[in-house]
Amino acid sequence: MTKELTEYLPNDLLEKYGIYIGFLAVFVFFCFMSPNFLSQRNVFNIIVQSSVIAIIAIGETIVISTGGIDLSVGSVVALVSVALGLMLISPLPIFLAVAFSILLGTAVGLVNGLIISYGNMPSFIVTLGMMSIAKGAALMLNGGQPVASLPMGFDKIATTDIFGVPIFVVYVIVAYSIMFIILNKHKLGRYIYAIGDNEGAARLSGINVKKIRTTSFVFGGLFAGIGAVMLTARLNYATPLSGSGFELDAIAAAVIGGTALSGGKGSIVGTVVGALLLGTLKNGLTLMNVSSFFQQVIIGTVIILAVFVDKLRSQ
Amino acid sequence: MANLLEMEDITKSFPGVKALDGVQFILKEGETHVLLGENGAGKSTLIKVLSGAYQQDKGVVRIKGEKANIESPVDAFSYGVNVIYQEFNLAPNLPIYENIYLGRELVQGGGFVNKSDARKKTREVMEFVGLDEDPNTEVRNLTVAQRQLVEVCKALAFEANIIVFDEPTATLTDSETERLFEIIKNLKADGLGIIYISHRLDEFREVGDRVTVLRNGKYINTLNLENSTKDQLISMMVGKELGEREIRETSKSTAKPVLEVENLSYEDEVKGVSFTLKEQEILGVAGLVGAGRTELAKTVIGEYSKEEGRVKLNGEEVKITSPVDAMQNGIFYLSEDRKEEGLFLGHSVKKNITISSLEKVQNKLLIDKNEEEKISDDLIDKLNIKTPSGETRTVSLSGGNQQKVVVAKGLCNEANIYIFDESTRGIDVGAKEEIYKIMEELVREGDSIIMISSEIPELMRIADRILVMYHGKAVNIFDNDKDLSKQKILSAAMGETT
Repeated sequence: MTKELTEYLPNDLLEKYGIYIGFLAVFVFFCFMSPNFLSQRNVFNIIVQSSVIAIIAIGETIVISTGGIDLSVGSVVALVSVALGLMLISPLPIFLAVAFSILLGTAVGLVNGLIISYGNMPSFIVTLGMMSIAKGAALMLNGGQPVASLPMGFDKIATTDIFGVPIFVVYVIVAYSIMFIILNKHKLGRYIYAIGDNEGAARLSGINVKKIRTTSFVFGGLFAGIGAVMLTARLNYATPLSGSGFELDAIAAAVIGGTALSGGKGSIVGTVVGALLLGTLKNGLTLMNVSSFFQQVIIGTVIILAVFVDKLRSQ
Repeated sequence: MANLLEMEDITKSFPGVKALDGVQFILKEGETHVLLGENGAGKSTLIKVLSGAYQQDKGVVRIKGEKANIESPVDAFSYGVNVIYQEFNLAPNLPIYENIYLGRELVQGGGFVNKSDARKKTREVMEFVGLDEDPNTEVRNLTVAQRQLVEVCKALAFEANIIVFDEPTATLTDSETERLFEIIKNLKADGLGIIYISHRLDEFREVGDRVTVLRNGKYINTLNLENSTKDQLISMMVGKELGEREIRETSKSTAKPVLEVENLSYEDEVKGVSFTLKEQEILGVAGLVGAGRTELAKTVIGEYSKEEGRVKLNGEEVKITSPVDAMQNGIFYLSEDRKEEGLFLGHSVKKNITISSLEKVQNKLLIDKNEEEKISDDLIDKLNIKTPSGETRTVSLSGGNQQKVVVAKGLCNEANIYIFDESTRGIDVGAKEEIYKIMEELVREGDSIIMISSEIPELMRIADRILVMYHGKAVNIFDNDKDLSKQKILSAAMGETT
């Protein structure tokens, strides 16, 4: 049946622009449904709200492209957030505290990667374990209590504007530009997709599969760390409860953006649009006064639909 | 004795190949009939027609004189045809009796499985084949020989008429082999027909009654094994030797050794193999399927970790523990299995070609797309790869062209030693010639090549020397001169010492 269906769909168009068309459709829909939707303020708002997930989803996209999965990023956000809060009130200079936080996230990613690659363990299990470990560590660090009254000036990381553009928008653009270049123009990117497409062939092609796979999880941790700093600065408050469910949003953003869970295929441009699509849905539905309960139903439907369309177009 | 099975005029084509061409095969009640032929002679295809895995294009299969329409393995089973493949079809974590009734459970009222009957029946057939175990034993706790007997039990429990054994002794010890032969004799005495596929001449002469030889998908002859000699059988497999043949002109006598492999071992697959590859030489590696040729290559490049032995490059011992090491030492292996190990099918032709050589197309930090395109387009031209462009996904290319992409990937890498593993399999004659030309060019430019191939004439056409493997051992190495014949190579590959 699906085969017949594809005959009626403009294949090339879907193949290349499916996610963008979907995003545009949702965007235009909300423009009509809600008068306040298309204000500059609200559009920036959507981007800012989506940006933490968008950043975390970069690492997730890389991991998924190698054929793995990282379930720990949400808990890593919680861990890094609390650690950052404690460092800030210790008091460590803001710059150092931020640097150590990002390093902490990266280190967790490295541990994930080393266990998975050199212990030959499935990433699903290892990162599931790490999800619990990081969550527990986040709670232990401050006895389960949030860290408030962060030093003056820390929230500038989130609140600064550059020529009227919120700094989060700048972070997202910079991070995606750098990673776009690495994934598309650096050999590391080639190797990442190669491993995801065919691990055996990658090995026999002289690719150090264990090293590249480890690197992918390092990216997972790095971007979870950066996401944690952004989130903590925006809330100006660190809590071990933050980041919960972020791993699923990050996976959803990647998958909606066309990254195949089986690996070998994905684009981070798709991922950022995926993250924006999720943010737009939440924002637009809220403006339309749709209850947050029903929003979850709609978002879940969109995820399934996106993968279904992807399946159609890849046949 | 009555004919149990008659296969007449069986023809089966695949795109580009006629795998079976008017083959006949007759199996009598109470006989063991050996099916003999080189790699690719059509034995497996014939068995797959019989077992319903393939449908013949032409021809009739009759079982006990009646036309049989075997359209699926289930049909074959209902006609009493059982095939015991080399790879057993058993669930390791289930007990013996559940394996025997897997998918055909004895059911009582309400769809519940009748375990006690299954155990009882299992015990009966186990007794018949002399398998002295508890039916509740999980299959993973059994030896290979015992698992094979479980497969036989599976056939017997459902009153098989015909049992096909595919290289049944490949993984058995001598005493286990003896025992299997006893069982086969008992089965024969019970009136079953046995089809026995093997390359081991001595062995099947002990257990077989008649032999049918296939060659290049054609029926050659059926003989009584008693009145046939080994030489006769081998020459039937080989066919007529061509009087004149081309041998590549080389100046190999002065060449110095570049790769020396000493006493290399890997599990049961490679047993103490030593050989030397000389500079500018093409060293052919012949052997039947399962002789350990690919395993040897993979042990050399460190994909498999050797248990013993040394590898020397230009006289110095090198430590190669992964394909990455091999490549750094200038050794490039082109896999025989392009789908599983050779290609990134979802990626473009260009990306496949350059994946092992990205340093070459790198412009400081980043990949120079223009340079990459130029290099891959050059190779696409040179190898005459038929693809709309370098950007086309490899999966959409034909098999032969995919194979050429694997070769292009190797060439792009600019190694010193290439291992071509069945690189010409499944591609047309023209494409083969192109690959030979490339190989000749490589050795002319100073590289050396190990060429694994199942096609002996191809090795005789292009190799300087031919190493023959049999059961993981290097049994012989021939200079490829006028005295070498296909018969000599095949005899060695079948374990015949001359």
